[in-house]
Amino acid sequence: MKVSVYRYNPETDKKPYMMDFDVVIPQGKDPMVLDVLNLIKEQDPTLTFRRSCREGVCGSDGLSIGGTNGLACITPLSTVAKGNKLVIRPLPGLPVIRDLVVDMSLFYKQYEKVKPYLINDKPAPAIERLQTPEEREKLDGLYECILCACCSTACPSFWWNPDKFIGPSGLLQAYRFLADSRDTATQERLADLDDPFSVFRCRGIMNCVSVCPKGLNPTRAIGHIRQMLFKSAT
Amino acid sequence: MVTSVTNFSRSGLYDWVMQRLTAVILGVYSVFLLGYLVMNPALQFGQWSQLFEETWMRIFTLLALISILAHAWVGIWTITTDYLNDHTFGRKSVLVRFPLQMVCFIALFGYVVWGVQILWGL
Repeated sequence: MKVSVYRYNPETDKKPYMMDFDVVIPQGKDPMVLDVLNLIKEQDPTLTFRRSCREGVCGSDGLSIGGTNGLACITPLSTVAKGNKLVIRPLPGLPVIRDLVVDMSLFYKQYEKVKPYLINDKPAPAIERLQTPEEREKLDGLYECILCACCSTACPSFWWNPDKFIGPSGLLQAYRFLADSRDTATQERLADLDDPFSVFRCRGIMNCVSVCPKGLNPTRAIGHIRQMLFKSAT
Repeated sequence: MVTSVTNFSRSGLYDWVMQRLTAVILGVYSVFLLGYLVMNPALQFGQWSQLFEETWMRIFTLLALISILAHAWVGIWTITTDYLNDHTFGRKSVLVRFPLQMVCFIALFGYVVWGVQILWGL
């Protein structure tokens, strides 16, 4: 099997280039893309990529696999290999540090902007802040995000304005706290989002939904944020 | 919060609502005009000109013209800030973006004034 991998070492290479590897896949096996990358690393130990939990929980190995963003560790080779060939590139839209490793600073900066933590100005109760099962249910489909950046780096609005548009991942987290019955900073959070870029740069093309490895729906969350902004302003 | 001075309003929400509201107005106006042309296949200048003599038609047309101004301004502004920003033209991108935004605004404003001239036969 031929695997074409994006290579770039800023210390020695003037330009990024694609390097082809021949990888022998054991017969009758359908390994994950991460396993294939590990086989390549045995051939060429200089190949650099991030990985950690190898089971889709840590979100380290988000890559552009066969042109679509996904987690290498939970993407079976058979689903992405085309005619015994596979192309692996780093996540698009972020600066490449080396090979498949990208600089996630902009992504984290946008995440930080939405204040991704509970804000409650009431005195803390003796034991815990309670929620009804219905209130808790509103957080389903929001809290599961692992910040792998597959969605935001698949979004053209984020490519063009990564410093101004919060991006699908950050907005999913923004709504996670807007929807939380225990959070008391709803109005402040909404006021921070009511500019022409942060939320409204989303054109609803739903690339984020189609690539999310956890099956989450940032576009729906963005729609809810728009509705909340509209309700509080009319 | 990202600040911007060249978009339609200062607020993203206001821009967004305006673009959708004006889209409805433009849609209704287009369907009406198209319907009128289909219903009157033997349309002559006299009848067409009489339609635009009506006050309600002048209000409707002026509303559509102003809607084009608002709708296109939000759209053009979005396109220019997407594609004509620092990623494409470097740190001096504003020198490309701002004049183009002004040209578009003057053109759109011109359509409204020109439309008023035509409608009231000034």
